Amino acid sequence: MATRVQLTAAQTAARAAYESFAQEHIAPHAGDWDREGALPKEFYATIGDAGHLAGAVPADYGGTALAPITFGLLNEELGRACSSVRSLLTVHGMVCQAIARWGSAGQRESWLPRLATGAAIGAFALTEPGAGSDVQGLATTARRDGDGFVIDGAKRWITFGQRADVFLLFARLDDRPTAFLVEATAPGLAVTPVRGILGTRASMLAELDLRDCRVPGEALLGRPGFGLNAVAATALELGRYSVAWGCVGLAQACLDASLSYAEQRQQFGVRLRDHQLVQRMLADMATHTSAARLLCQQAGWLRQDGDQQGLHATWLAKYFSSTTAFRSAADAVQIHGAHGCGEDYPVQRYLRDAKVMEIIEGSTELQQTTIAESAYLAPRAGTGRKVTE
Amino acid sequence: MTTQHTTDGHRPAIRGFLAQFFGDHQPADEDDIFATGFVNSLFIMQLVLFVEGEFELTVEDEDLEMANFNTVAAIDAFVARKRATVAGD
Repeated sequence: MATRVQLTAAQTAARAAYESFAQEHIAPHAGDWDREGALPKEFYATIGDAGHLAGAVPADYGGTALAPITFGLLNEELGRACSSVRSLLTVHGMVCQAIARWGSAGQRESWLPRLATGAAIGAFALTEPGAGSDVQGLATTARRDGDGFVIDGAKRWITFGQRADVFLLFARLDDRPTAFLVEATAPGLAVTPVRGILGTRASMLAELDLRDCRVPGEALLGRPGFGLNAVAATALELGRYSVAWGCVGLAQACLDASLSYAEQRQQFGVRLRDHQLVQRMLADMATHTSAARLLCQQAGWLRQDGDQQGLHATWLAKYFSSTTAFRSAADAVQIHGAHGCGEDYPVQRYLRDAKVMEIIEGSTELQQTTIAESAYLAPRAGTGRKVTE
Repeated sequence: MTTQHTTDGHRPAIRGFLAQFFGDHQPADEDDIFATGFVNSLFIMQLVLFVEGEFELTVEDEDLEMANFNTVAAIDAFVARKRATVAGD
């Protein structure tokens, strides 16, 4: 399959609208939100009213059902302004996607319209003290109790856990991994804020502790065991795709900041932009950011075609985009010198956020080993299987 | 198993898909794909997308049972059953 580069007129217009929203409502405040460790209450209404939380919700339920490329552009532009806000798109989108794809009719009708407007916020609760993105390692348990279930266990590093109204939460039922929709108000669920995180500080991380937490029978999402793998994989795939695009935005923000600083700053009577070693950093930043964007676009087109190679392409995109974002952010701080270490410029935030991107939704090392294994099994994987030409 | 719907017609495409993951270690029709250690967490989604795209059907939540996907023969039978349902609608 040929690599497609050109965006359609509609995609270009959507990107401009997302950029304008992000530059008006997010970028000017991102530094403050990072320091405060939270997004303000009003912002949830702002982003909800703009329709930006509806991207992974089907139109039948009030969503905008954004095609993959358009959803990617939204993540890029919001991620360029603030990685914490982009994280909201990610986890909320993962919950919307899981309910839309595998939820019952009742779950779709109950949750999707509210999730589409932002009246309800969704978060993804998989990680545990002893298990990361490994469904098989779950220690949280669920047991049947009358018409419902009782859940016991602990979840850690739950993005937007402080704010979420509903969690897509994973537990073992009869020793089979199972997904539940657990409301934040469920009796027996305690939500504790996590402070002092390295990056994406406004993503309102929480710990969840469940003790005899009762949920109704209709909380069960998808089928236990084998089916759970599909529910988790559907959500994690969207998350990885969202983060990949967000990292393109983050890398672009590093480039923008560096270009601007190197233009105005003089050292030894010469503008920074005219120092060759600075030029090399700018050149690499520009090139890698473009390459990351192309990988994301390729993943998006494949997903748009329903091509299963889109999943592998998403791994490549997330790996390259997140490592590019981190390297770009490190160089951006370097170019800014002492200013880069302080709070007057956003690049120190970019660096902290970019490191987080290399850890979440599949660490760099997990991506590397998976991509390497795939390369052995299918030398041409990722180039796209011929579906229609 | 509703073997009366099973047809060998789907198997070449299924084997072609699996070849991407198994290379020269192609499982026999009744071998458990998930017991081989060749597939990772991505595989199940790729398999679902492949089955949906290749055979023009929708995998529903209730279809997500290991017994529908764990062997070439099982996938074949599942596809035959789903297509018979679609055709009968």
